[in-house]
Amino acid sequence: MGFFNKLKQGLSKTRDSFSEKFDNILKFTKKIDEETFDELEELLISADVGVCTTQELMERLRENSKKINNLEELKTVLKDEIINFFPKESISLTFPAVILVVGVNGVGKTTSIGKLANRYKAEGKKVILAAADTFRAAAVDQLEIWGNRVGVDIIKHKEGADPASVLFDALKAGKARKADIIICDTAGRLHTKKNLMAELKKLYRVCHKEYPEANVTSLMVLDATTGQNALSQARMFKEAVDFSGIILTKLDGTAKGGIAIAIASELKIPVWYIGIGEGINDLQEFSPQDFVDAIFI
Amino acid sequence: MAFESLTNKLGDIFKKLRGKGKLSEADVKQAMREVRLALLEADVNFKVVKDLVFRITERSVGQEVMDSLTPAQQVIKIVNEELTSLMGSKESRINFSSKDITTIILVGLQGSGKTTTAGKLGRLLSKGGKRPLLVAADIYRPAAITQLQVVGEKLGLPVFTMGQQDPVNISRASLEYARKHNCDVVIIDTAGRLHIDDELMNELSEINKTVNSNEIMLVVDSMTGQDAVNVAAEFNKRLPLTGLILTKLDGDSRGGAALSVKAVTGCPIKYVGMGEKLDDLEIFYPERMASRILGMGDVLTLIEKATADFDMKKAKELEQKLKTQAFDLNDFLDQLSQVKKMGSFDQVLNMIPGLSPQKLKGVEFDDKELDRVEAIINSMTFEERKSPSVINGSRRKRIANGSGTAIQDVNRLLKQYDQTKKMIKQFTGVEKSRKKGRQKFPFFGF
Repeated sequence: MGFFNKLKQGLSKTRDSFSEKFDNILKFTKKIDEETFDELEELLISADVGVCTTQELMERLRENSKKINNLEELKTVLKDEIINFFPKESISLTFPAVILVVGVNGVGKTTSIGKLANRYKAEGKKVILAAADTFRAAAVDQLEIWGNRVGVDIIKHKEGADPASVLFDALKAGKARKADIIICDTAGRLHTKKNLMAELKKLYRVCHKEYPEANVTSLMVLDATTGQNALSQARMFKEAVDFSGIILTKLDGTAKGGIAIAIASELKIPVWYIGIGEGINDLQEFSPQDFVDAIFI
Repeated sequence: MAFESLTNKLGDIFKKLRGKGKLSEADVKQAMREVRLALLEADVNFKVVKDLVFRITERSVGQEVMDSLTPAQQVIKIVNEELTSLMGSKESRINFSSKDITTIILVGLQGSGKTTTAGKLGRLLSKGGKRPLLVAADIYRPAAITQLQVVGEKLGLPVFTMGQQDPVNISRASLEYARKHNCDVVIIDTAGRLHIDDELMNELSEINKTVNSNEIMLVVDSMTGQDAVNVAAEFNKRLPLTGLILTKLDGDSRGGAALSVKAVTGCPIKYVGMGEKLDDLEIFYPERMASRILGMGDVLTLIEKATADFDMKKAKELEQKLKTQAFDLNDFLDQLSQVKKMGSFDQVLNMIPGLSPQKLKGVEFDDKELDRVEAIINSMTFEERKSPSVINGSRRKRIANGSGTAIQDVNRLLKQYDQTKKMIKQFTGVEKSRKKGRQKFPFFGF
């Protein structure tokens, strides 16, 4: 199955509900008036795009509304505006790389790491996993199962161990075994917990200090069902570990993932990957064009 | 910006309202626009917001407000009442079976916090004199069973597992096990699933039929967005939900999902998860939550926490000491450990009315600070604690060394102690002066 089809399938729920509603609006509205805008606004808000971003989009649509003759054109303009929010840069990873995977509790960090490892291994890279979530019960076991599934090495300590020391050992192992990429799992933490965020900063420092030659990157995992709080999460994690991209998970549900648009618009942070299922291959590279196309087809 | 919490937002709106003597229809409309935006930003579903704003407007623009002396207070009251009634007017408890074993099934999306909540709920019930059994019925997620086992072990609660077998069989067998081992509550931790996953949703109905549950509770992440409504509606359609548990409410999300989910399912929110520790599950009080959203603080929870965790005898002793002004560092240490029992410092502070998160911005409370203070006092001799004035330079040095802190830390603590003592002097003096004029309580600025 081609990439585009897979993405479409993953986003089909999103597309169906979103596009259906959109088409409904188009069908029953004869001309573009205030009501059309109100309905569009509601539609965007119900997709978690957020009040600010929605208003911004509406403003732009209104500015252009004189040039827009029919509803089909309105659709195209809206699509373009949304695509424009996403930063143009693509995923850039030079090897050896260290990826620190962060996020709040229950967003799917460990699962995403399993899928990431699989992806890079398939590209012929040597991957090592660091089980630095030493807090949650059985998190290490969970990562280990994924490690075995994919067939990559995992560095672990006991539950309750210092995450920084796990990472330190993983970095050493990575250097000794000439790994291309070390992916570090971290405990889920709410972005408002000062102490836990300080712990993350320490992990980030350890990466830079112990393996300065490597390309140290952080990724934030974000649950697509999350509402406006995701902006707060993104801000705080950005401040702590300066992450370069987002892994948007659980897009196989009915959640529309509109929060990705809000984050792109307000914080200019790109989405790197999307999670569209529980299978080992259900991680896809994100492309704004495909994302928006899949929503609007 | 989008980032102020609902409390701040509504606070700002009503500050504007408060400034006016009477409210015109336009005023109310303006305020309602802000209320609408604030609620949307707090992730309350847009349909629910529409309803809510309509009802509030209807009640506000009219006799009720126009005739009252303080219209703003009336509006706040109405908003508060509507929020409360939307969340259910009073707290609700678990329906325990009177004869047989009580069975509770926890369901929800992936990552909403079911396994952790199962442990917390078990802990809460066992504190209340029940003998709960945790059942590991999540056979899909890697290591989910181990996770529940570890949680059970930490709490000293029994955990029933049958490996990766059919969850329906596991659930059936767990009842037998509970009977044999004299457990009276069974908490079944099911796998996270999408509400549109037909096969897995059927599995839940099967489990429910098999164990004939007393409670099916939907565990909802309080950070969920607009989709919360779809999820809750679908779960409610497929299963006879009896309650909701809201998790991760200790973050900065305003938990608008709570309002939506309640409105869609009609099920009461029974518990809220408030932290990382396995004690951090609380009974949900709708009226307190509404007050909290409105920035009126959560005094009731604070009082309850204080009475539940405070040692009354010690409090009496302390009171006596305060009156006679014989308050020394030993008492200070006692007091510290009492405060610590109530939860983390910022948790406590959040409940104090008038202290909006905005005012607390930039003020960081490090719980480790309390540990440091404890260490310093513990490094003092009994005599030093009793009369801190004997602590001279060399004693300070010794104390700092003993507690692994710097001399400055010790100095700071002693200074704080002095200030506290002075404050107490003033407080005990207040009682006499109170008769002369009304004293304003510092926190209740509202």
